[in-house]
Amino acid sequence: MEEFAALLDALVYTTSRNRKLALIAAYLRAAPDPDRGWAMAGLTEGLDFPAVKSATIRNLMLERVDPALWAMSRDFVGDTAETASLLWPEPENAAPQPPLSLAEVVERLSALTRATAPRELPGLFDRMDAKGRYALIKLATGGMRVGISARLAKVAFAQGFDVTVEEVEEYWHALTPPYTALFQWAADGGPPPDLAGVPRFRPFMLAHPLEETQVDLKDYAAEWKWDGIRVQLVRTTDTEGRAETRVYSRSGDDISATFPELLDVLPMDAVLDGELLVRGSAQGGEANDTTQGGAASFNALQQRLGRKTVSGKMLKEYPAFVRLYDVLLLDGTDWREQPWKSRRATLEALLPRLPASHFDLSLLVEAEDFAALAAIRDTARDEAIEGLMLKHRDSPYVAGRKVALWYKWKRDPLLIDCVVMYAQRGSGKRSSFHSDFTFGCWDGDPDAGAELLPVGKAYTGFTDAELKLLDKFVRQNTVGRFGPVREVKRELVFEVAFDSVHTSKRHKSGLAMRFPRIHRIRWDKPAHEADRIEGLRALIKD
Amino acid sequence: MTAPFSWIRPEPWGIHIVPADAWVDPARAVPRALVTHGHADHARGGHGITIATPETLAIMKLRYATAEGAQPVAYGETVSIGGGVTATYLPAGHVLGSSQILFEHAGERVVITGDYKRVPDPTCAPFQVTPCDIFITEATFGLPVFTHPPIGEEIGKLLDARAENPDACVLVGAYALGKAQRVIAELRATGHTDTIWLHGAMEAMCRLYEEHGVALGDLKLVSDATKDDMRGHIVIAPPSALNDRWSRRLPDPITAMASGWMRVRARARQRGVELPLVISDHADWNELTRTIREVNPQETWITHGREQALLRWCELSQRRARALALVGYEDEDD
Repeated sequence: MEEFAALLDALVYTTSRNRKLALIAAYLRAAPDPDRGWAMAGLTEGLDFPAVKSATIRNLMLERVDPALWAMSRDFVGDTAETASLLWPEPENAAPQPPLSLAEVVERLSALTRATAPRELPGLFDRMDAKGRYALIKLATGGMRVGISARLAKVAFAQGFDVTVEEVEEYWHALTPPYTALFQWAADGGPPPDLAGVPRFRPFMLAHPLEETQVDLKDYAAEWKWDGIRVQLVRTTDTEGRAETRVYSRSGDDISATFPELLDVLPMDAVLDGELLVRGSAQGGEANDTTQGGAASFNALQQRLGRKTVSGKMLKEYPAFVRLYDVLLLDGTDWREQPWKSRRATLEALLPRLPASHFDLSLLVEAEDFAALAAIRDTARDEAIEGLMLKHRDSPYVAGRKVALWYKWKRDPLLIDCVVMYAQRGSGKRSSFHSDFTFGCWDGDPDAGAELLPVGKAYTGFTDAELKLLDKFVRQNTVGRFGPVREVKRELVFEVAFDSVHTSKRHKSGLAMRFPRIHRIRWDKPAHEADRIEGLRALIKD
Repeated sequence: MTAPFSWIRPEPWGIHIVPADAWVDPARAVPRALVTHGHADHARGGHGITIATPETLAIMKLRYATAEGAQPVAYGETVSIGGGVTATYLPAGHVLGSSQILFEHAGERVVITGDYKRVPDPTCAPFQVTPCDIFITEATFGLPVFTHPPIGEEIGKLLDARAENPDACVLVGAYALGKAQRVIAELRATGHTDTIWLHGAMEAMCRLYEEHGVALGDLKLVSDATKDDMRGHIVIAPPSALNDRWSRRLPDPITAMASGWMRVRARARQRGVELPLVISDHADWNELTRTIREVNPQETWITHGREQALLRWCELSQRRARALALVGYEDEDD
């Protein structure tokens, strides 16, 4: 555990990608099995200990530290795990105990339940120093935030053991932590991991933004870009005849547990690419439409995302299905080398063999020419979908983004002028800057005494230089403080970009924006000229 | 009859000793100033008369190139400053020449600590606990997350980084007054006799320390060196120079910083620090609270820093306390 804590600490202070790679590679070479496998899983957020939440840690601290001192410390440090690691009262005159290995820590964390965690965690904290506690809490609650993507970890692994990153990628998703077979192969010269019968992930084909390019519809087929989550459904039958289906997200995470209704509906071995949606009427027709069932807005799908277990009620209220885009493998044949038009024909022929309850086809958008297509795209907002996809009719299915094969042609974002109301300091690197903004629209005529109602919160869309100016604005225009939140003079206008807006019971304004970001800072615009709530409400498409 | 302690009055720009019409560490020029130590936020130029230790006066002379109205007071010495007030200068353990000042008037005793720490420092005299009625303390690191580790551990990290990178140099950002000399003296105490390379802004202050009996060993200027001279060595510069163009002349520097703020990861990351060294010349949380307990005053006043948290601690331990809203004291680099 000490070595892992030291690695994590070193990664925190390293900004250079190459030095990060070197640090991880060196750790992986030196650490024993299965510690290094657990470390890989921890760094890539591949571990989950549902019994330990940030609130668990906070509650442990509040039993030991004055709540006001805790709050002030947490606010200053900007991170719960770090604050707790520093404030934990270390036992005095404790008998020295042998250090815990990372594997032992993982084993103990796995055994915790919500009920036992508050009893067991203190014993672990007592056996570590602040650095160790920090690593332990980060490991237990997730969110390492050391800038290590799964991709970076795989590259480091490949560097550490002198293998190709493609091989690592291929085996990685088929294995589970602590990836013993992967280390045996790469580090100890063992045979490659046996993947027969494992429903493994194949890298997705991705699209370039279209921007100024125009394409000829003779060469490119158009289809809607649905507003759900891209998934890959994989069914494989092993040598003993047992079939298993898995659902992978775009990043290759296995999200099967979140969507149990999809695990028993593929009648044949296949690898299919599609959009995961929930039933509704906001996207592509009515729910009972037989040609293409309707889907709900992303807002509804969000109810299903990120859950480890799903209740029967959830399954009933938000039933998931897959709108198919492409076929990679089918009945033992690999279609990836074949042109898109052949795969499309295969997919269309396949559809009748699939249960309509869980699958439909992403229909093509027919248009006479590019201009006509552009006109159709402009109506896309009414369908609450993201835009259009343009796919070259001869394109093979290749991993990653290849120029001129697939394009995504997103609709333009919606824009609205809002007034900044509150600002909060950021976390991590931004902990000394006010970088999280809450903004509002007028609930009537501001010159006739209307008030601002908060409509959203955003912390992206500005440059570092702009962040400094915003921070300065906040400090100079603070009119009230509520813990880490500052209320500011109602003076500054943001042009906020967002994808869509929905009704919400959680906000006083009754509205919730999807993916709001700060598009422009309107230093020039007087606050009373910002938009009104009615304008935003008119854009609701639930 | 006047109200108790009405003769000492905190104002936004300093603490006013009313009957003597003198100010402690004022943020603007006044006719008569009592200065606790030489850091720029406490010692400003332009006062009519400046009462301070000889070391602090020497530092001020070096910084402001003027010594007019300097009135030296030795540690332990009591001087009458008028209006029936006496002032006694006592060591604060912060930097060379740093002092607390004990004021006595009409049987009432008030101690102003200036900045202080309790751990031993080879470059200055140790803090002296002095009983008083009102204890006016700093609170730069007045949050319970701030506990400074033993300096030996941090110096060990610095020496390890140097040993592991024979082709690079370790660039340590350190306050030019106090921190730099303490880091050098602590390095020397471990038997490290190599040349230590200095940023030009450090030179005069290091010389002043040596003149006051603090041996710092072999020091040379970066401006006189080639990149190869500095490989495998330690370079010390003010924090502002760490990510400045100045550092381009160094051989692949590993950026370290010696500061109490390095206890918090985000602070180190903001400054691009790769090797944080938690070394501070201020009292940490435990030192602050221990000192208040030991001094055991009737009332504690808190001048600057994280005063709300220390105020809360006083409340929890049933001690009377108040926070003074003084302006201009900041210690972003300590």
